[in-house]
Amino acid sequence: MTVPAPLGLLAELTHACPLHCAYCSNPLELVARTDELSTSDWLAVIAAAAALGVAQVHLSGGEPLRRADLPEIAAGCADRGVYTNLITSGVGLSAERLAALPVDHAQLSVQDADPAGAARISGTRAWDHKLAAARVVKAAGLPLTVNVVLHRHNIDRVDTLVALAERMGADRLELAHTQYYGWAQRNRSWLLPTAAQVRAADAAVAGAARRLAGRMEVLYVSPDLHTGTPKPCMGGWGRQQLTVAPNGDVLPCPVARVLPDLPVDNVRDRPLPAIWYDSQGFNRFRGTDWMAPPCRGCPRREVDFGGCRCQAYQFTGDAGATDPVCRLSPHRPLVDAVLATAVLATAVPAVDAPDVAPEYRRRF
Amino acid sequence: MRPRLLAGATLRWNAARAQWLMMLPESVVVLNETAAAVLSLCDGERTVTGIVTALAAEYDGVHAADVEQLLRDLADQRLVELS
Repeated sequence: MTVPAPLGLLAELTHACPLHCAYCSNPLELVARTDELSTSDWLAVIAAAAALGVAQVHLSGGEPLRRADLPEIAAGCADRGVYTNLITSGVGLSAERLAALPVDHAQLSVQDADPAGAARISGTRAWDHKLAAARVVKAAGLPLTVNVVLHRHNIDRVDTLVALAERMGADRLELAHTQYYGWAQRNRSWLLPTAAQVRAADAAVAGAARRLAGRMEVLYVSPDLHTGTPKPCMGGWGRQQLTVAPNGDVLPCPVARVLPDLPVDNVRDRPLPAIWYDSQGFNRFRGTDWMAPPCRGCPRREVDFGGCRCQAYQFTGDAGATDPVCRLSPHRPLVDAVLATAVLATAVPAVDAPDVAPEYRRRF
Repeated sequence: MRPRLLAGATLRWNAARAQWLMMLPESVVVLNETAAAVLSLCDGERTVTGIVTALAAEYDGVHAADVEQLLRDLADQRLVELS
């Protein structure tokens, strides 16, 4: 099998973040600030990635603005001719700071359609910062994507979320159902929407996409637990994307740390090309040879690449199993059992009462 | 009709890959040489006829019908707007 060069690098510069979202997909064991890569480490990672063929770098975290050296890192990307995407909570994004960042695009997270709902899910009052950040991005002439993670507590407000994104001047709005990893996995029973909520959201998003066609692009990340169709995770394991964690660990996807037996290399110990092309971790689920039935022989095996390895592990204990969200998976009943609990939970109002709180992402 | 790239989309030559790439806000599309040649002319100023003329000045065997079909395909993939 010929291994293609990577196209995209997710650079998780820090796990520090002013928000503490209960759906955060960062690992439960966050990287301490003292273990983070230095400025020169990151510049070397970016140079190596660009030489490998990476064309797009996503500066993310945590909150990348928490790194004082973000302008130097962004300049490193620009110097190598890569397209740079700033993924931010918006907290701390002043006009002055943005002017020092040579980025091509900004993705701004929005937690809910009103300040109280947003504070409830993120454990932080950041509403005004987000409105200000959107103004700053648009004033700088940069394209703006507003990203909203959908879950039981905001999914009924798709229409007001769309209106908010319009007010913010978003060029794109991404409405993405929660992916259950890290803190989101821990809070799954609190976050999981019912099937009826998902159906209503599907219709609301489709309506908004039609209405806004040509003005604002509306993207929808379906809830794979509900749809029964696996997501083509990362466009295939070790096929297009790589993630560098704050401590320099190189991962095929940002949550692959949940796989206990996955060998993980670090940029401090091994050159990036060797990690991409030759490491055990990146080769573990490349291509289709590792697949077992029903993926083996499935006409969709090069469409969804067997789905998500981390989800397979979380549900079945076997990272090499077919993603259990797939209707063809023998483990699909495990997913249905989880969805059934969501129905019960909303049928009992007390579970959804305001005094029941999620476990917020750890603060630091 | 004056085709133009979507807002936030830019065309870049990637030397490490020796490929033309369409950079979109959160994704990358690898282009073949023909698509790259057509897209580089979609500046919102040129008409489809203008694009065909410009291509014909540079390449042999350019047919208007082929260019129009390619533009429709690129519009379907949301790489260009045909407004």
